[in-house]
Amino acid sequence: MLSSQIIIFAIIATSIATYISRFMGAVTSQKVSVKSKIFKWFNCVAYSTLAALLGRMIIFPAGVLAESALTIRLIVFFTCIAIFIISKKNLVIPTIASAILLSFLTNI
Amino acid sequence: MINSQAFFTGLKSLKGARSPALPLAACFVALGALLKDAGFNIQQSAASSFFTYALPGQLVMAESLLLGASIVNIFLAVWLVNFRLYPMTVSLFPLLEHKSQPKWKYYLSCHFLAVSSWLIAKDSYKKINAKYRIDFWIGIGTGTWLTAVFMTVIGYLAADLLNKEMLIGLAIVNPIYFFCMMIGAMKNIAISIAVILGTTLGPVIYLFSTEWSLLFAGLIAGTIAYLFGEKDVK
Repeated sequence: MLSSQIIIFAIIATSIATYISRFMGAVTSQKVSVKSKIFKWFNCVAYSTLAALLGRMIIFPAGVLAESALTIRLIVFFTCIAIFIISKKNLVIPTIASAILLSFLTNI
Repeated sequence: MINSQAFFTGLKSLKGARSPALPLAACFVALGALLKDAGFNIQQSAASSFFTYALPGQLVMAESLLLGASIVNIFLAVWLVNFRLYPMTVSLFPLLEHKSQPKWKYYLSCHFLAVSSWLIAKDSYKKINAKYRIDFWIGIGTGTWLTAVFMTVIGYLAADLLNKEMLIGLAIVNPIYFFCMMIGAMKNIAISIAVILGTTLGPVIYLFSTEWSLLFAGLIAGTIAYLFGEKDVK
């Protein structure tokens, strides 16, 4: 069992480590103009980093998701993306389908 | 001080078919259950979402704690996984900038920066008068942030009712929802390349370096995407 003190220190460390990136972003933003090239570059990097994180969450997940099989996660992923495109970009159907499909396929 | 109309327009983005409330609820319920399992009490679980409010970092924290990592290691691991918030802030905040608005609003509200709020703000900031965009953002952020904290508590309380299959099902909702939203955002060549290349490079670089993979994948894929975008304009 983890001691309460360690947990509190971990929460503080995690929160500071996270806020630093947000705060530095707000500071940098003061000097960046929307029309500049650097803004466009930051925009591309932001989308790629996010995509990299999501790709990693599907292929090498943390937490409970790691207990499902990779092939099943990939099947769910491609099915739900297809549903999203076919349903003319409806967000609710593919997200609900993903949970049901993954629970169901993991269970059988 | 804060334009209430813009604030509530932002807050209302929690409603409707594009609402992030559902995926936020799913992943923070799963997080609440996970934190209980890791030995957190209910106040600590709520505090984690209240002060950190960044799911991947909170997952890293919980897993590192269980593995017995030191606080310094946890700090570094979380910083690396949440570093994405830096380019995300820089690619959003200049759009919300207005001379008449005080600086503190920006420094405080950057805490609301997360994938969900970022995607909504990027999608809808143009509809709001430039002067009140920061208030609109504070509205979006307040809604998504409080949903996350509330759902962490719900997940903690409901932990015993949720079996493993249900938790796995809840955990997949988050990446699927955000992928769909990103595909919806692929409106030009640069963003399309950034998303596709980033998705591919993230897991590939992870094979070589678990901690630095996001940073490298983001920088490489983002720079290539930017260069293609520039070439396309010419």
